[in-house]
Amino acid sequence: MTNSFSEFSKARMFLVIGSNMTEAHPVAATFVKNAVQNGAKLIVIDPRRHRLVNFATRHLPLKVGSDIALLNSIMHVLIRENLYDQEFVSTRCTGFEALSEKVGEYPPERASEICGIEAGIIRETARELASVKPVMVCYTLGITEHTCGKNNVMTVANLQMLLGNMGMEYGGVNPLRGQNNVQGACDMGALPNVYPGYQKVDDPAARKKFETAWGVTGMSDKPGLMIPEMMHGLTNGRVRGFYIFGENLANTEPDMNKVAHELKSAEFIVCQDIFETETTRFAHVILPAAAWSENDGTFTNSERRVSRVRTASPPPGVAKPNWWIFREIAKRFGHDWKADSGKEIWDTEISMLAPNLGGIKYHRIQEDGLQWPCPTENHPGTPFLHRSGNFTCGLGRFSPADWTPPAEVPDEEYPLVLSTGRRLYHYHTRTQTGRCEGLNDLLGEETADISLADASRMSIEHGERIQVKSRRGAVCVKANVTPEVPEGMVWMAFHFNEGNANWLTNAAFDPFTLTAEYKACAVRLERM
Amino acid sequence: MEQRQIVINHKKYRFNPGSTILEVAAENNIRIPTLCHLKDASPTGTCRVCVVEIDGLPELATACNTHAQDKMFVLTESARVIESRKETIRKFLASGNHNCSIGTNQERDWSLFQAKVLTDDGAEELCPAWGDCRLQDLAYQYQVQGGTSAKKPVNYPMETVNPLIIRDFSRCILCGRCIQACNEIQVNKAIRLGNQDTDPKVIAGSDVPLKDSDCVFCGECVQACPVGALVEKKSRYQWRPWDSEKVRTTCPYCGVGCQLNLHVRDKRIVKVTGVEDGSPNKGRLCVKGRFGFDFIYSDERLKTPLIRDKDRFREASWDEALDLVSSKFIEIINQSGPDALAGVSCARSINEDSYQMQKLFRAVFKTNNIDHCART
Ligand code: SF4
Ligand code: SF4
Ligand code: SF4
Repeated sequence: MTNSFSEFSKARMFLVIGSNMTEAHPVAATFVKNAVQNGAKLIVIDPRRHRLVNFATRHLPLKVGSDIALLNSIMHVLIRENLYDQEFVSTRCTGFEALSEKVGEYPPERASEICGIEAGIIRETARELASVKPVMVCYTLGITEHTCGKNNVMTVANLQMLLGNMGMEYGGVNPLRGQNNVQGACDMGALPNVYPGYQKVDDPAARKKFETAWGVTGMSDKPGLMIPEMMHGLTNGRVRGFYIFGENLANTEPDMNKVAHELKSAEFIVCQDIFETETTRFAHVILPAAAWSENDGTFTNSERRVSRVRTASPPPGVAKPNWWIFREIAKRFGHDWKADSGKEIWDTEISMLAPNLGGIKYHRIQEDGLQWPCPTENHPGTPFLHRSGNFTCGLGRFSPADWTPPAEVPDEEYPLVLSTGRRLYHYHTRTQTGRCEGLNDLLGEETADISLADASRMSIEHGERIQVKSRRGAVCVKANVTPEVPEGMVWMAFHFNEGNANWLTNAAFDPFTLTAEYKACAVRLERM
Repeated sequence: MEQRQIVINHKKYRFNPGSTILEVAAENNIRIPTLCHLKDASPTGTCRVCVVEIDGLPELATACNTHAQDKMFVLTESARVIESRKETIRKFLASGNHNCSIGTNQERDWSLFQAKVLTDDGAEELCPAWGDCRLQDLAYQYQVQGGTSAKKPVNYPMETVNPLIIRDFSRCILCGRCIQACNEIQVNKAIRLGNQDTDPKVIAGSDVPLKDSDCVFCGECVQACPVGALVEKKSRYQWRPWDSEKVRTTCPYCGVGCQLNLHVRDKRIVKVTGVEDGSPNKGRLCVKGRFGFDFIYSDERLKTPLIRDKDRFREASWDEALDLVSSKFIEIINQSGPDALAGVSCARSINEDSYQMQKLFRAVFKTNNIDHCART
């Protein structure tokens, strides 16, 4: 997020796109709702009429995967009607010509055919967005989990730059992170191309810096594999040893049959987890880890805030902190790592190596956390980025993109679109929430959410068990007939192994980020 | 600008126009007790605990929703004020099953009352909020004793049918905080005041159990309830403030990163509340953050390293398991090079773990094949 949650309740207008905030980020949603109660406007762009829509001034139920067409068209109107922020664009941005040309290809009439929103409404929305300044844009995985995910993200940024809504309070581009520490895992360099603090592995100076700090030589200068490439590598022997820490890949990756095949082909899998999962079934060694509340450390939330995590209970049996396990393996390779606690690892290594985290030390975050960039110990942290339009790389660059359809679209055989996501009472594959008293009682099984129209056309009753089939698999679940879902769509989550939507999803990936298209594949329904 | 001055307890204070008496007092460290007042919600003046005496006004005024005015003369602890507060507290205590220690030095009456309440509660313990109750605190502060007047019969049975929250109307003092928490703070609009003319009650939907209403079990109402009328099922009788310590931490679920207070008793989390004023959540939580803590105590936790033995796993020591992992990895590196290893880190675990894992892959194994589910 470029901005902070504390700004939400005072923002004047929100554009929420591809984010089912009341279920996926409930507390963030409360601040949006507070703002609306105080008179802020809320525009929701989402195929589903989810709960936040009850608070919206305007809801654009676009077709799944048509975001770029719609946003390009909104920008088309902003430019044609001279409603954009000319001053911001001319002084702070580059690439306007190219953007103008690209969005010129998306007059509302054309976009309307792609996204299913009337041309007149596209125009009104553009005017509305230009009428208030700043507008705060929030998005979640509805934007990223597409084969055009990266282009979606850039298009959202284009819109905010065009409106001049960057670098100020109550504005910005705000991706709400799905998992508690995705931000942190990225910051820590658990990515194939960067070290901690986003220093590139193919930059010799950065490599030298880390070799020196870690007292080693000969580190690889070649960016590594991303998860889908690793999984594929298991089948052809390119990857022989696979170390899976805390992820239940067997249930969270698309096309579960394919994933099972890949994991089965692996020569040697190490799983480090707190429970046995569908994934540990494929392991050769399972290492028991300490869980949340069983050791000290930090999480970094969506607004870049590093906050403390503390110990309440001892781990069960001989389970150990994850960092301890990694350290023990290093020891067996002859490496003697000094740091012997979360605090030492952070204070003496991480904050020394990642410049943006340099000023964050455990003693400074005993209560509220600090938001990076926080380069020095007297720096107060940074609630919002790009102050007064100062982008990190000089000028903000427009990166225009074309709309591309999802990799698999409905046809006669599979006439409906399946979109997936999370529900309020559970979290991912339920390894945690499924073991919390009460949460399973509130939501005990997966359902397929379908529209009233599709249900009545196929005479499916609410609560009836139906089959959902895709080219990759089939699941049996109860139908949940709901006005939230538009005609032509099936919506499911991936919380339960049985009825998991990932038996159905398509392993098609964004070519840059290799994010899978969880939000769109083609399915059909069958009565049983 | 014209200076505005208010006189509180014979001392003069400046104030910003639009401030309430309660706000001006708080700014100047004058404590006026409150009960129904909920931070960040609109003051209602319902409970009348915050009454003060204002010169020239025949009635006492509620400080939470009376605006400060120039030359106003206010007394916050006059005899009249104190008598009124005592009467208010007495009335509340008499209104329901408030069987905490407040009445313990009473004679027979209290014992009879106690016996009746234990039957109502179906429990052997004093009120579950004992020790964590605003009404009890006020009763001590103003030396009001409970258990002296006749109890009203309890007209509404306890609601225990949902898995997370117990609603005990026998202890509800109708302060309205839960309603504000639900409608103004969380904006879930699940509960409201019903049956107003006859026998008022906080109701969900058309007076249905919470699980059949719009309630999303955020538990904000429980956190707001000043008495024992709303309690977490998981924590009921598991916890008293004096036998547990508070540990501040960060929620393990979504990317909001809410700040939690874990209430820990005998090294076990028994209850979770939001950290008031903590960033980013300002005390608010959702159902997962508040009620999703007990997975760590599941019997199904992995407790020891396991090594595959044909189709099963057998238990192993750390040394055996780690030696096996290392020797296998060394063999692979020697035969196929470091890029034949790959690792996936965890986006739910702490930063220090991810840092350590990528360091292991880069500095020790010498490969950049490290990723995590960054994009999901
Ligand atoms: S749990 Fe949350 S939604 Fe339910 S009544 Fe209480 S405040 Fe409202
Ligand atoms: S349930 Fe608690 S918070 Fe709600 S009105 Fe009754 S006493 Fe007040
Ligand atoms: S309490 Fe709810 S909203 Fe807050 S971090 Fe946890 S899961 Fe997210």
